[in-house]
Amino acid sequence: MISPTDFMVVSAVLFCIGLYMIVSKRNAIQVLIGIELMLNGAILNLVAFGKYDRFNNGGQIFALFAIVLAAATTAVALAIILNVYRQYKTIDPGKVNNLGDQ
Amino acid sequence: MSLAQGLFYLMSFIAVASALFVAATKNLVRAIFLFFITLFALAGLYVLALADFIAITQIVIYVGGILVLILFAFMLSGRETLNTLGQQNNKLITVSKLPALLLAALFLIVLINMITTAGPDNLVWIKKSVQLKNDIQANAAMTENIGINLMTRYLLPFEAISILLMIALIGAAHLSRKEQRI
Repeated sequence: MISPTDFMVVSAVLFCIGLYMIVSKRNAIQVLIGIELMLNGAILNLVAFGKYDRFNNGGQIFALFAIVLAAATTAVALAIILNVYRQYKTIDPGKVNNLGDQ
Repeated sequence: MSLAQGLFYLMSFIAVASALFVAATKNLVRAIFLFFITLFALAGLYVLALADFIAITQIVIYVGGILVLILFAFMLSGRETLNTLGQQNNKLITVSKLPALLLAALFLIVLINMITTAGPDNLVWIKKSVQLKNDIQANAAMTENIGINLMTRYLLPFEAISILLMIALIGAAHLSRKEQRI
């Protein structure tokens, strides 16, 4: 069968790609996709180790919770991005550098 | 090499390659649609980790919910984002991307090193779980067990997360409505 090490390597690669996107991208939506990639890498670890817990299903149930939390995070983050666009006419995180009341 | 192992390598290759494309492409819409493929490949990996219910949830929530939401926000945010995207230079590796690339590569090295030293195949609790037949077999139907556990053992986190989801929904609806000038 497939060993946990393989799953951990795949999730580490996904996590690092997400990290690269968060640091380098200059568009808030792409930064958000990077965050989703990092979350998916973490969830993959939860699921891979949840295989060894048949009676309590700890890993799988907390993977479910993490997926639901990611959905909530995305909804709020997109609402914030839309508001930032309305205020500043740009969604480059580097260009949003003053407060909203001026 | 068994069939499951071959499928695992195929799925992980698709996931990693499409994630790399998402990171490399300049076109935002193409990035979003490639992210679809990453999520589908990850659902396949969940199936290979014998978590079929999580795989279906991944497809329903991520592909059906989050990606449609991202596309929707992209279309609402107007022509300006497309214009600013087009102005970026087209070289694959520029000097401004170098620190991010360095950070990600070094972090990957650290993670791989940590994984090889930790040796997750030989952990004590995993060996014990295999010995006690506590690991999921390939022909087991786990969805019923997940439902029972969700309503008994994990009832408190379930309720907490439902309240949090409601708060997030109300907050998102409040944030994204049109501002009324007083």
